[in-house]
Amino acid sequence: MNPSDSAISTEVTDLTGDTKKRYTAGVLKYRQMGYWQPDYQPVETDTICLFRITPQEGVDPVEAAAAVAGESSTATWTVVWTDRLTACDSYRAKAYRVEPVPGIPGQYFAWVAYDIILFEEGSIANITASLIGNVFSFKPLKAARLEDIRMPVALIKTFKGPPTGLVVERERLDKFGRPLLGATTKPKLGLSARNYGRVIYEGLKGGLDFMKDDENINSQPFMHWRDRFLYVMDAVNKASAATGEVKGSYLNVTGATMEDIYERAEFAKELGSVVIMLDLVIGWSAIQSMSNWARKNDMIVHMHRAGHGTYTRQKNHGVSFRVMAKWLRLAGVDHLHTGTAVGKLEGDPMTVQGYYNVCRDSYTKQDLPRGLFFDQDWADMKKVMPVASGGIHAGQMHQLIDLFGDDVILQFGGGTIGHPAGIQAGAVANRVALETIVKARNEGRDIKNEGPEILQKAAQFCTPLKQALETWKDVSFNYASTDTSDFATTPSVA
Amino acid sequence: MMTNPTGQITQGQFSFLPDLSDAEIRMQIDYGLAKGYAWSIEYTDDPHPRNTYWEMFGMPMFDLQDAAGVMLELDSCRKTFPTHYIRLMAFDSTRGVESIAMSFIVNRPPSEPGFSLVRQEVQGRSIRYTVHGYASDNPEGKRY
Repeated sequence: MNPSDSAISTEVTDLTGDTKKRYTAGVLKYRQMGYWQPDYQPVETDTICLFRITPQEGVDPVEAAAAVAGESSTATWTVVWTDRLTACDSYRAKAYRVEPVPGIPGQYFAWVAYDIILFEEGSIANITASLIGNVFSFKPLKAARLEDIRMPVALIKTFKGPPTGLVVERERLDKFGRPLLGATTKPKLGLSARNYGRVIYEGLKGGLDFMKDDENINSQPFMHWRDRFLYVMDAVNKASAATGEVKGSYLNVTGATMEDIYERAEFAKELGSVVIMLDLVIGWSAIQSMSNWARKNDMIVHMHRAGHGTYTRQKNHGVSFRVMAKWLRLAGVDHLHTGTAVGKLEGDPMTVQGYYNVCRDSYTKQDLPRGLFFDQDWADMKKVMPVASGGIHAGQMHQLIDLFGDDVILQFGGGTIGHPAGIQAGAVANRVALETIVKARNEGRDIKNEGPEILQKAAQFCTPLKQALETWKDVSFNYASTDTSDFATTPSVA
Repeated sequence: MMTNPTGQITQGQFSFLPDLSDAEIRMQIDYGLAKGYAWSIEYTDDPHPRNTYWEMFGMPMFDLQDAAGVMLELDSCRKTFPTHYIRLMAFDSTRGVESIAMSFIVNRPPSEPGFSLVRQEVQGRSIRYTVHGYASDNPEGKRY
């Protein structure tokens, strides 16, 4: 036991065995009310949450953990006799383990188990209302973060998961053995629909598999959504004929109401799009509704995680993105933005790899350096295609493929559209870099170390790649990440 | 001649690279074999992007562990169909995958006319699109 452990008093303080004391009107400590059970052995059907908690000064960490268990399940601030009308032992979540966070004084990891009866079948809204509901505003805690979650197979099986999944997506697109390539249309705002379609056509004809609406492209005054869909689909079909490949463009159907979202999705379907796009900000129930719609209409669902940084980024408070990724896989999306590690947006490489595992694994193994606290059996649930997007370019292709493998969509927005010789040239540079690195890796080359040299060699037969490597040779976003593992020093890729 | 930057159909893993030599093809086959995939050879003279089922040149080679064997089959396919599209496909039977893991073109016709886009104007501003191969109006076997 290390010195900081001794500060935690973990003894059993539960009064539930003595109903008289337990149910006398008044206020008890949470740890006295049955929410702290250090001897509890979680069962197969329990959901287990790992919270990072920062108790207020003077608050006992075990009491804080018990309070988290209480406030995320049955407890209110005072004893209520109506508990005795229920099988209340089942409904109480049980904190059963508390440990100090390595190297961060004042923070503790708390393990809490939840009985399967606590959650409605197939409803992320219900799960989140419990687990990240009132508890996160609870005064005795300075901060709380849901770090990871283990859900039982019995609960997983109540969700349908991704409507398409990455395996079937590849079959529909006829694209195998390499990452997919995409780009977000830029500038984000202001293009007329006709100009917008031009960017789509050039990118797809040049060699990208997908183009993409940005998260805040909905139906603003400069471009009505129907105009956008019509011009984009003209570009997609024209590029498909020009290349002989299946092409797509994520049509963002996010709108103010469900009626708007359904109307936009129906039009995308009528026009023959293979994919629609949703922004995370539409909410869990809307996401699950659209997942059902997509399953009925053979549609791939692209999820942009707009807004997640407000609650995932800071380590002491909020919800880890690995938990969000698990919930989104259950809720049913096919693509999910999960970070680049090397690009412009937050993301420590190993932590980001942890998110990818959650999207793509059949069975996720505990892996503390990657932030994965639990084994998770996915019970054959379809897999989500992770998307790496934001500030990446062709010169990083070897790093991206080394970090993420084949089952990923690499999106080079600025790295395509900002190419000095034009959008098609930008697309060519990315596609040639991609195929070159995949081929070299399969041939047994050490792409992580030899990547730059392999790319330079390919640039000898591909001028657009040469120009791309030259233009962005010094661009990297090598800042320290805020959300990193507590269990290993994490190497930087740059 | 197609007007995309490669001048050819860009299906498969390596269509943007110079044609793979036989030695390079063999390295890709070895990579797949090491992963436990089964290789298969397919050919067609209808490379429409939605034409899923190319003809199988024999069954997938489930028990074959040597790239030389796949290359022999490929040679034989190339001799039989010298101007067809031929692709190598690797199947992964792992639970949760059970699909194609690799796919790349290893033979093409000498010239690739590509596809036209047929537009049918329908209600409002909507258009129904058909991708139509210039060569596909000829009967099978007489297209390239």
